Amino acid sequence: MTDKKNKGTDPKTYKFDTLSLHAGYQPHKNAGSRQVPIYQTTSYLFDDVDHAAALFNLERGGHIYSRISNPTVAVLEERVASLEGGTAALATSSGMSAIFLTIMTLCEAGDHLVVSSQLYGGTVNLFRLTLPKFGIKCTFVKPRDTEGFKKAIQKNTKGIFGELVGNPGNELMNMPEISKIAHDAGIPLIVDATYQTPYLCKPFEHGADIVVHSLTKWMAGHGSSMAGILVEGGKFDWMQNDKFPTMTTPYEGYHGLSFAEEFGPTAFTMKARAEGMRDFGPCLSPQNAWNVLQGIETLSVRMKKHCSNAEEMVKYLLGHESVAWVSHPSVPDHPDHELAKKLLPNGRGSMIAFGIKGGKDAGVAFINNVKLASHLANVGDTRTLVIHPASGTHSQMDEATLKFAGLSHDMIRLSVGIEDIDDIKNDFEVGFRAARKPRLVSNQ
Amino acid sequence: MKFKVNGTEVFASTGGRPFDKNKPLIIFVHGSGLTHMTWVLQTRYFAFHGYTVLALDMPGHGLSKGESLKSIEEMADWVSNVIDSVGYKEASLVGHSQGCLVTMECAARNPNKIKTLSLMGGAGAIPMNSELLSLAENNDPKAVDLMMDWAHGPAGHFGGHPVPGLYHINTGGMLAKSRTIKNTLGVDFRACDNYKNGFEAAKKIKIPTLSILATGDKMCPVKEGKKLADLIDGSKVEIIDNCGHMMLLEEADRVLKVLKNFILSNYPAKLN
Ligand SMILES: Cc1ncc(COP(=O)(O)O)c(C=O)c1O
Repeated sequence: MTDKKNKGTDPKTYKFDTLSLHAGYQPHKNAGSRQVPIYQTTSYLFDDVDHAAALFNLERGGHIYSRISNPTVAVLEERVASLEGGTAALATSSGMSAIFLTIMTLCEAGDHLVVSSQLYGGTVNLFRLTLPKFGIKCTFVKPRDTEGFKKAIQKNTKGIFGELVGNPGNELMNMPEISKIAHDAGIPLIVDATYQTPYLCKPFEHGADIVVHSLTKWMAGHGSSMAGILVEGGKFDWMQNDKFPTMTTPYEGYHGLSFAEEFGPTAFTMKARAEGMRDFGPCLSPQNAWNVLQGIETLSVRMKKHCSNAEEMVKYLLGHESVAWVSHPSVPDHPDHELAKKLLPNGRGSMIAFGIKGGKDAGVAFINNVKLASHLANVGDTRTLVIHPASGTHSQMDEATLKFAGLSHDMIRLSVGIEDIDDIKNDFEVGFRAARKPRLVSNQ
Repeated sequence: MKFKVNGTEVFASTGGRPFDKNKPLIIFVHGSGLTHMTWVLQTRYFAFHGYTVLALDMPGHGLSKGESLKSIEEMADWVSNVIDSVGYKEASLVGHSQGCLVTMECAARNPNKIKTLSLMGGAGAIPMNSELLSLAENNDPKAVDLMMDWAHGPAGHFGGHPVPGLYHINTGGMLAKSRTIKNTLGVDFRACDNYKNGFEAAKKIKIPTLSILATGDKMCPVKEGKKLADLIDGSKVEIIDNCGHMMLLEEADRVLKVLKNFILSNYPAKLN
């Protein structure tokens, strides 16, 4: 180790924009193809019987069968792991399956989770209704109630789960504080960072242990493909207590392997793949992995535009006569304004919630009359999207649950796209005009 | 598996198979600030193919208790004590980076006990960059980041881990950050820097020896590795191209192949 080549102390490992184009891929091992090839393949030749056994025993790395791993999907996994600052990742067929696989890798029947109450509606249903069927119970805590997370921890609690910026109320959870609470209790913090992407926030830098994404959203951007991923930070010590026996003791489910002893900082991903992917099977298709990779290539370029357009829209809405209130962490009187500055220094994201004057009827009229903004059940498309949660995404919730999730009848959720900002504003003018005379328009 | 050496608890991975005293023993010794986990793509193979494997966590590292040993000579004696502690009379040694200094010194001191020696990314001396040494001794995580930069070859910087879904630089970095940096990396770097006996030790080695070197290794360049190999009687050199210092992960399969050929022919397991 000689001094000669060292011209200063900064490591020359690749930085974010470079990693988003290159990480996880070596052209010289792929016929020199500059672009990542799509391995539209299910299964991979063994050299001999010994090689086959070695792959199954995890003696050697490599691909066996595309439910477990696939060369194109593996590029995506490494790319997202590198962008998040994680050790390893496992891509899944959707964001929901990434969350499900994470919980199933972490918990057993009889376990408990502490969960933020402001989550994507589908995730709420998973925690509130579906996981209890498997014997996994959850206690919901409002994202700003940091102490509440601590109080809700029980002896059988195996983790804390939340979205950094709750959907769609835009409430932040204090990730650094809540991670301390989790770590004091010897359990991991799992963060759904779909809305941030690693461009806006790297949760591992703020104490998260596992990050999940719906890649369907900003990471891909193009709204063409379903995909999800779980990423491991590598810092959590599974062996510090006896809460995670399937990670830390010889595990019957995988030839007596102790994942934590053998794989340490990648143990969780190894188990999620070896057990979860093997047995549940929500693998990502190579084509969709490739589609998502195309989106990630331009992640930082797109996120900059998403955020600048969002800030323009916040200003526009704040000054609009038809708007009752605007919620976005960039608004100075947003209760989490300061925390957002700290956790989201590159931009506060492109999700805005606002209240339309005239309540539910006005909301419906607005949605029915905008033309450029698309009315649909998605977020994080490059195109601007709008929805009225009370009648759409969260319509399965009763009044009380709606309120607990931070929703109201006049709320419109806006996912700001990267179109020309003037065109978005002009479109909204049409919607607001209609909203001011809702009955007239809806009769047309 | 946990056991005691000089009264202190030690952890070693047995490669996923039970410790079995009837099989020949191979001991793997990790590099500065790292742990047994760097060996996962070699150890499991040998464990499943007729050997008893111990991939050690050096004292104060990984899951082993105690304090880090302060000199290469102490580490060499400690490895020799490991062999006694688990009730063996002999073993084959495999080392990476600092582990090469340790295993080489151990082999020189115990000519009848050590049966073969495999060195990966080894050199006769590993003088430390003074800046890196001081960062590590001051507990600065930048020491790990720099080490990960220099330890991976150009290809490894992009990724392409042999185990699907793992990312080299961050996995290695997290291993090196798993304990207090100044107590692991800081002590290890100082021990490497202080060690001057490498070339003398090499001259005493008369057992089958393999050096695996990588063309992109900035930490222990091929030239340095060859200089060392030239001093060891009849030692064999294998060069891995397109690969950096972390060859045991970056090019795990190619490394395993040459290691396997060498150990199977020089220290065969009795297959039954
Ligand atoms: C924050 C968040 N997490 C998870 C999901 C679920 O992801 P997917 O739709 O890819 O299954 C969504 C989907 O809207 C989401 O918004």
